[in-house]
Amino acid sequence: MTTKFSVQHMDLHYGAFHALKDVNLNIRAHEITAFIGPSGCGKSTLLRSLNRMNDLVEDCRITGDIRLDGEDIYAPGTDVNMLRKRVGMVFQKPNPFPMSVYDNVAYGPRTHGVKKRAALDAIVEKSLRDAAIWDEVKDRLHRSALGLSGGQQQRLCIARALAAQPEVILMDEPTSALDPISTGRIEDLAMELKRDYTIVMVTHNMQQATRVSDSTVFFLLGEIIESGKTEAIFSRPQDKRTEAYITGRFG
Amino acid sequence: MKKRSRHPGSALLRLAVHAAAGTTVLVLGFLVGYILVRGVPNLRPALFAPTYTSENQSMLPAIVNTCTMTLCALLLAVPVGIGASVYMVEYAGRGSRIVRLVRTTTETLSGIPSIVYGLFGMLLFNNAMGFGYSLIAGALTLSIMILPLIMRTTEEALLSVPDLYREGSFGLGAGKLRTVFAIVLPTALPGILSGVILAIGRIVGETAALMYTSGTVAKIAGLSDSGITLALHMYKQASEGLYIEEAYATSVVLLVLVLLINFASGRVAARIGGKRG
Repeated sequence: MTTKFSVQHMDLHYGAFHALKDVNLNIRAHEITAFIGPSGCGKSTLLRSLNRMNDLVEDCRITGDIRLDGEDIYAPGTDVNMLRKRVGMVFQKPNPFPMSVYDNVAYGPRTHGVKKRAALDAIVEKSLRDAAIWDEVKDRLHRSALGLSGGQQQRLCIARALAAQPEVILMDEPTSALDPISTGRIEDLAMELKRDYTIVMVTHNMQQATRVSDSTVFFLLGEIIESGKTEAIFSRPQDKRTEAYITGRFG
Repeated sequence: MKKRSRHPGSALLRLAVHAAAGTTVLVLGFLVGYILVRGVPNLRPALFAPTYTSENQSMLPAIVNTCTMTLCALLLAVPVGIGASVYMVEYAGRGSRIVRLVRTTTETLSGIPSIVYGLFGMLLFNNAMGFGYSLIAGALTLSIMILPLIMRTTEEALLSVPDLYREGSFGLGAGKLRTVFAIVLPTALPGILSGVILAIGRIVGETAALMYTSGTVAKIAGLSDSGITLALHMYKQASEGLYIEEAYATSVVLLVLVLLINFASGRVAARIGGKRG
C-alpha cells in the first residue's frame, strides 16, 4: 500500500511549549490510522497539522517536513484552502452550521465552485448516502440541521466533509460526545469509508482503536513512542510505556 | 404537607424584589397611559396636513424628515460599524493592541452627551465643511453618535458565534472571506439587528445633536435642506409653551413610531433567525 502522509523530523511549538518532538511517521492510504495516548500528549495537535488547522492558532510554529503524496504541505505558496479540501476534517463536537441539512452538505461544493442545482443535488444525496444518514434526513433536507440528534449531527458532519470530495478524512475523537449506539454507527461508517478514503482518527478509547484501526500510533508527552499494525501494538507492544498504557495502568 | 419554615428576611426580600419589578411596570404604564390620555384627544387630521404653518402645527414634514434622517444615518453608520467589528473580531489578532484601543475609544464615545456631538457636528459639517443646516449634516452627526453602539453590539454578536463554526468552515477549504460572509455574519445577524434597532431608537428620539446640525425648519427637506425631525418638533412645541396640546399629540405619534419600528425589526429578526436556526 502507498504512503499518503509522510512526516519527517517534525517539531511543533505553541509559544514556549514544545508540543511535538521529532515526529516521524508514515500514514498509509486506504487504512484507518488511530492516534492514541493520554490527554495532552499531542495527538490532536499532530492531526491538526495535517490540514494546517494549526495555522489558526497564534504563536504556533512548525518545523520539519509533512508531505501529502510527496508534496510538502508547508511549502511557501501552498494553497491552504485546496489542502483542506483534499484533507477533510470531522471534529470532536458535532458542529453543523445553523442552516438546513442540504445547505450544510452543499457548503463544501459551493465553496469550490459547484453552482448548478442538479449537480449539487446529486452530491448532497451521494454524500448523505455514503454517510449512512440519507434515510433519516431525506424528508427534512430543507429544515435546520440543529434539530438532528447528536449522532445524526456527527454523521451529517461526515457527509459534509465527504461532499468536498476529500482524499483524507481526519477525525478528532469523533465519537467522544456520542452514545454507544451512535458510536457504533460512526465506527461502522469509518470502516466502510476506508475503501475510498484514508482515515486518521484520534481516539481516547482503546477498544475503538482495536475495533476499527489498521495501524496505531501511541503518543506520550509530545513524542511518538510506538507505531505499527494495530494488532501488533496491542498484542506485542515493544515499549514498556505502550504496554502500560494499553493495559490501563495510566492514562 | 408541612410548610417550609422560612427566614423572616426572605419574605422581606421577596416583597422588595416584587415591588421593584412592579415599579418598573407601573412607571412605564403610567408614562404611556399619560401620554395617550393627554395626546390622543389632540390628534386631529389637520396635524397631518402636507404643510406646516404657525396656526396648524402639522407634523407630517417632521415624520418624513425623521424617516429620511434615520435611513441616512443608518446607511452611513451600519456598514462602517459592522466592517470595523468584523475587523476587530475576525481579522485583528484576539487581544491585539489595536483592538483594545478601538474598544476603549468606542466605550468613551458612547459615554459622550449628545449635545457635544451636536456642537462637534455643527463645527465640522455645518461650518468647516460648509454643509450648513441640512439633513445630511444631521445624519453625519448621528452616524458618529450611533457608531459605538452598533460596533459594540455587532462585536458581541460576532464573539458569540462559536469557533466550532469557523473551524468547520475552514476545515472544508473555505477562505476567510467566505467564512465571514457565509457563516459568521448570518449567524450573528439577529444580534446585529438588535443593535440596529437600538440605534434607530436613539436616532428617532434625538434632539440635542440635531438642533444645531439639521436645524428646525418644518418642511419636507431634501438632503441639503434644513429639516426638523419629530422629536425636535415636539421639543420646539413644548418649549415655546404655545402648543402643549400639539406636543402631546406629537409624542403619541413618536411613541407609536418607535413601537412600530421595534415590532417590525423584531419580526424581521425572527424571520431571518427562523429561516436559518
